[in-house]
Amino acid sequence: MSRLVMRIVRAARVAVLCLLLPLAAHAVQPLDFKDGAEEKRFQALTRELRCLVCQNQNLADSDAGLAGDLRREVFDQMRTGKTDEQIKQYLVARYSKFVLYDPPLSGSTWLLWFGPLLALLLGAGVVTIIVRRRAASLANQTPAAAAASREEEDW
Amino acid sequence: MARLLPLLAFILLVALLGFGLRWNMKHDQREVPSPLIGKAAPAFSLPVLNQETRQFGSEDLKGKPYLLNVFGSWCPTCVDEHPVLVRYAKQLDLPLIGYNWKDDPADATAWLARFGNPYDVIVADTVGRTAIDFGVYGAPETFLVDADGMIRLKRIGALTPEYVEKQLKPAIAALRPGAGSAAK
Repeated sequence: MSRLVMRIVRAARVAVLCLLLPLAAHAVQPLDFKDGAEEKRFQALTRELRCLVCQNQNLADSDAGLAGDLRREVFDQMRTGKTDEQIKQYLVARYSKFVLYDPPLSGSTWLLWFGPLLALLLGAGVVTIIVRRRAASLANQTPAAAAASREEEDW
Repeated sequence: MARLLPLLAFILLVALLGFGLRWNMKHDQREVPSPLIGKAAPAFSLPVLNQETRQFGSEDLKGKPYLLNVFGSWCPTCVDEHPVLVRYAKQLDLPLIGYNWKDDPADATAWLARFGNPYDVIVADTVGRTAIDFGVYGAPETFLVDADGMIRLKRIGALTPEYVEKQLKPAIAALRPGAGSAAK
């Protein structure tokens, strides 16, 4: 009987350890924020910066070693009183604009910013032309011919 | 003609897809061109590997061109690159500085004992603070710095014999006195 109890206790211990392990992995690099506002600012800033190792992740989410270093650097610079803009500039000077997840509007990014709008306008233009043309051709036809052509369209 | 329009649009889309595929095959998508090329290399001073009391840095390299190679024993591509460094270190005829990045000194020493040590000096950056100044984001990376301390070339990824012959050697030749005026 006592053996059974021991076995249960051991299993429970393993289960608890397994539950705690992911927590331990995330607590590798704790930063001691002085208040909630500072933490919020840090989170917002690191979410806007790209991790260069896992390029589809931001600094806040990445587990890469370099991301940890960069988070520490961002944190230290926040502590020395630098503004978000200054910190971003510091990283852009070393890693190029690529570190910014939210690309600034500039000569090389205007297509990125306005491309979708251009595509939408182009599509809208095409649709307008087609609709107008159809309306015009229907208006010109006799009702019987229009019905015939509509049948053809349906086919 | 109107009937052919969807087909034409489809062909256009396929062409776009083909272009995208080709483009991504020619370019390493992960490669981020360094904004530091043509700018001054950051000033640094780091402990020499296995000689913690000795510092080495940009002050010691003033006035001479050098090659800085970022490596780590944890980096598999560095193993692929290493024979190229061993082979060309003497030929290139300029100081080759090893930059041991975020590594355990013991691991680095064992790694060098196993694969050979082509470096003239090895500095150890266990913290990774200086590497940020250099804009390092992956190993291996190699910087060519000229006598004025300007970064002339940065290779992201392994050095290959082809890269050394076609890019690095001409870039180094352009730094030599005499060639300088021709290069400018």
